[in-house]
Amino acid sequence: MEILLAIVIGAAFGAVLDRIGAANPTWIGRMLSLTNLHLMKTIILAIGTGSVLMFGGQMLGLVDVGHMSVKAAYAGVFIGGLMLGFGWALSGYCPGTGVVAAGTGRKDALFFIAGGLLGAAAYMATYPAWQASGLLNDIAGGKVTLGTVPDSGYAGLTGISGDLLGLLLGAAFIVVAFVLPDRLTGQGTPVPAE
Amino acid sequence: MVLNWKIGGLALGVVFFLAVALVKPIGVSTQFVILDGVLWNAVDSAAVTQTEDGYTSTNAYLAKSGGKYANAVMNPLNYSFLFVIAMALGGLASSMARGGLDKAERSVPALWRANFGGGRAKRYAAAFVGGFVVLYGARLAGGCTSGHMMSGVMQTALSGYIFTIGAFAAAIPTALWLYKKEA
Repeated sequence: MEILLAIVIGAAFGAVLDRIGAANPTWIGRMLSLTNLHLMKTIILAIGTGSVLMFGGQMLGLVDVGHMSVKAAYAGVFIGGLMLGFGWALSGYCPGTGVVAAGTGRKDALFFIAGGLLGAAAYMATYPAWQASGLLNDIAGGKVTLGTVPDSGYAGLTGISGDLLGLLLGAAFIVVAFVLPDRLTGQGTPVPAE
Repeated sequence: MVLNWKIGGLALGVVFFLAVALVKPIGVSTQFVILDGVLWNAVDSAAVTQTEDGYTSTNAYLAKSGGKYANAVMNPLNYSFLFVIAMALGGLASSMARGGLDKAERSVPALWRANFGGGRAKRYAAAFVGGFVVLYGARLAGGCTSGHMMSGVMQTALSGYIFTIGAFAAAIPTALWLYKKEA
C-alpha cells in the first residue's frame, strides 16, 4: 500500500511541479530576481493551503497528528540554507525540481543531479567535522513547532495552541499570496499569469 | 505556459496535505545520500554491513540514527526512494502531455540563454556546480526546499523558517547579480 502511495503521490507531485513552472529554471530565476513573482505566489498559496488542511484536519480528528515530522533547528540549518539558496539561484534547480526537470527532458538537470550526488557524497565524507564543530547541536529546543501541537510529540517554542496558530499562519500565507504584487523590480509588463 | 497561481498553488498544497495525511511529509534530498550509498555499496560491499538488528556503515553519516540511512541503502525500494523516482515519471508524463520542450530549451533554459548565451558547456558546468552546492547545503541543513521550506513551514516547524530565511537571503542576491536581462 505504501509503495502504491509513493508512486501515486510522487507522480502527482512531479506533475504539479512541472505545471507550475517550478522545474523550469527560467521561472525560478524570475522569482528569485523578483521580476515575476507568479511562482512565489503559487508556493506561498500551497504552503497556506497545506497548513490549513493539515491543522484543520487534525483539529477535527480526521488527520493523524502522528504523521507530523518536524526537523531539528541548529545553526547548520541556516548555513545549509544559504548554500542551497546560492546553488538554487545559479542552477535554477533544487533537489526535487532537478529530478522532475530531468524527467521532463532537460539535459542540464542531469548535470545538476550528478553534481548533487557528488555534493551529497562530500557531505557524507565531511559529516564528522560538522558534528565536531557543534554547529549541528540543537538550538531553541531542536525539533520544535512555533506553537504547541497537542499529541504531536514535539515541544512548542511557545505555549500558544499549535493547531490554532497553524490555521492562522496558513490563512495568513493565503492572504500574502493574494496581496503579493506580480513583480518587485525590473521594467515592462509582467508575463501574463496563464 | 504555467498554471495560474491560484490553481497551481491549490494543487500543490493538496499534494503536500495528502502526503502528510496518508503517509508523512514530503522530502527529497535524503534520497541523493541513499543513491550514493547504493552506488558505493555496489562497488565496495564493505560499505554497509549487517548488524544484529539492522545495518550500519563505515561512513558515520550513513550509520547515524541507528543506521537509518544504511538500512535504506540496503532496501532502496522503500516509500521515500520510490517517491523520488515517481516524481521524475510524473514530470515526464506532464511534459509529454503538454507537447514536450523544444530543442534549445532542453539543454539551455531561456533565462540563461538571454543572459549567458546558448553555449551548453557553460550551462552544464553551472548546473553541476549548483547541484553540488545545493545538495551539500541541503544535507547540512537536514532538508531542502521540499522538506524544510514546504513541509517544514507548513507544519510551523522553527527549522523550516530558519532554512527558508537562509535560502532566500542567498538566492535573491545571487539571482539579481546573475540574471540582469529578463526572458
